[in-house]
Amino acid sequence: MFGGKIVLFQKTKELNAKITEFLNNISESAIVFAKAVDDYLLNGDSDEFASLLNNMASLEARNDQLRRNIETELYEHTLIPESRADVLELLEGMDKVVNMFEAQLYQFSIEKAEIAESLSPLYLELVESTVSAVEALVRSVRAFFINPSEINDHIHKVMFFEKQGDMVGTKLKRMIFDDKKMELSHKIQLRMLCDDIDAIADLSEDIADQLSIYAIKRYL
Amino acid sequence: MFLFYLSSGLFLGWVSGANYMGNVFGTALGTRMLSFTSAAIICAVFIVLGAVYSGGGTAATIAGLGSVATMSGAFVVALAAALAIFFFFFLGLPVSSTQAVLGGIIGWALFVGSEVDFSILLQILASWVASPFLAALFAIILMSLVKTYLKYFPIPLLYQDLYIRIALVLTGAFGAYTLGANNIGNIVGVFLTSSPFKDVTLFKDVVFSAERQLFLIGGLAIALGVFTYSKRLINMIGKKVFLLTPMAAWVVVMSHSLVMLLFASQSLHEFLSEHDLPTIPLVPISSSEAVIGAVVGIAILKRGRGLRPKYLGRIAMGWVICPALALVFAFVLMLLKAFLPPL
Repeated sequence: MFGGKIVLFQKTKELNAKITEFLNNISESAIVFAKAVDDYLLNGDSDEFASLLNNMASLEARNDQLRRNIETELYEHTLIPESRADVLELLEGMDKVVNMFEAQLYQFSIEKAEIAESLSPLYLELVESTVSAVEALVRSVRAFFINPSEINDHIHKVMFFEKQGDMVGTKLKRMIFDDKKMELSHKIQLRMLCDDIDAIADLSEDIADQLSIYAIKRYL
Repeated sequence: MFLFYLSSGLFLGWVSGANYMGNVFGTALGTRMLSFTSAAIICAVFIVLGAVYSGGGTAATIAGLGSVATMSGAFVVALAAALAIFFFFFLGLPVSSTQAVLGGIIGWALFVGSEVDFSILLQILASWVASPFLAALFAIILMSLVKTYLKYFPIPLLYQDLYIRIALVLTGAFGAYTLGANNIGNIVGVFLTSSPFKDVTLFKDVVFSAERQLFLIGGLAIALGVFTYSKRLINMIGKKVFLLTPMAAWVVVMSHSLVMLLFASQSLHEFLSEHDLPTIPLVPISSSEAVIGAVVGIAILKRGRGLRPKYLGRIAMGWVICPALALVFAFVLMLLKAFLPPL
């Protein structure tokens, strides 16, 4: 029985380390995404871009593995029974963020969309808002695990950056469709790129909304 | 023949075991923080230890209430109490073995025209009224302290889970110990005056007193009840009355144990009387009252959200009806006593 408690100590430590690594990887994937898009806008589908895409793919694979491990351990050792379902939902949502980053970079790599220099600053601004929303989300999830009273300090930033992303996205789409010389198919392709990047910020906002409910439940 | 008469005490121990397990570990099991087997092992071991090592004080109170001097009388009292508790078990309600035994003693005393020591009776009744309030107060204070602590010194979610688990095991063990000490008097207290056991000397100089031998047998019967009989009451206490968070479950177990300790600790009693302070009577109180009192304390802190008064009302009604039922059973059993073999 007491041996079981010592094992539980070790397991808790390991699990905490895995959750920290999982969140670090999401933070890192946001940085890699920003760098990759920046590189694509400057140099197109270059070697540097391909290497960043590979980096993103390995982060995504590692996080899938971590998420499965964490889920299995939470169930095997019946840990945090009252918040387990919430934590699993949270981790799955966070995992989707990295999946979307990766999918977006593949989209750049496969479609090789031509982006006019005039549009680049707005794409960069959109990426910046999205990455900021994800980083604020990661901070709020860390707070959920460590100090729930700090969650709200970060959640409102997720909302702010998501809204900013919406504004930039609208501006960008107007600019695309106001261009008289561009083919409609090209316009649609660029609009989809814009929508897909914005969708990552939207997902961050959805997770942040869920997180605020989980935090209230923990306080009750 | 003594063993035959004692069998009703053992039956009482067995049905009470279910109650005790529900009271000490019901909330923890309701939150799924502990497995039934681990909880049952801890509960059984510490109830037996508490009964054997610290069971003296409250047993003397029960024996002094109305000296059930004959073996057959003790048999009837224990059987009446056990049947009353058994009846309530089928309704899924945690009742107090203390109250059932008291009802049984009064039923027996009414039948034989024996005198009941009303000063002890009043002391017991007053403790029963005070104990749930005291448990609620302890729960409110403890929960507020824990919340304030966590506000200023947050503990990461996973570590919090681990610490609560350890705390539940330790506090559950403590609760089971105090419960064994406090309530063994109910189970075999009525047999004290008629027990034929003699002191036994073990390992040259260790005396295993007759009283402790009786408490050990009673403790083992309770332990059997813990393992075979308690799941239904666990669901009632752990899930139906009020769904607790693991932290609140720990506060409930802790408050329950503190109240049990207050009314069972001979050392505390001696300490207070040595220092000319008002003493707390060594009275076997109801652990289900203490637990429900603590649960209500938590519910008050949460402004009553999630409390289910329907179940609470049913439990409270049980506290009144159960001793009355035991009284009636004892009376009826005494009528049938003619059929019992004489001692």
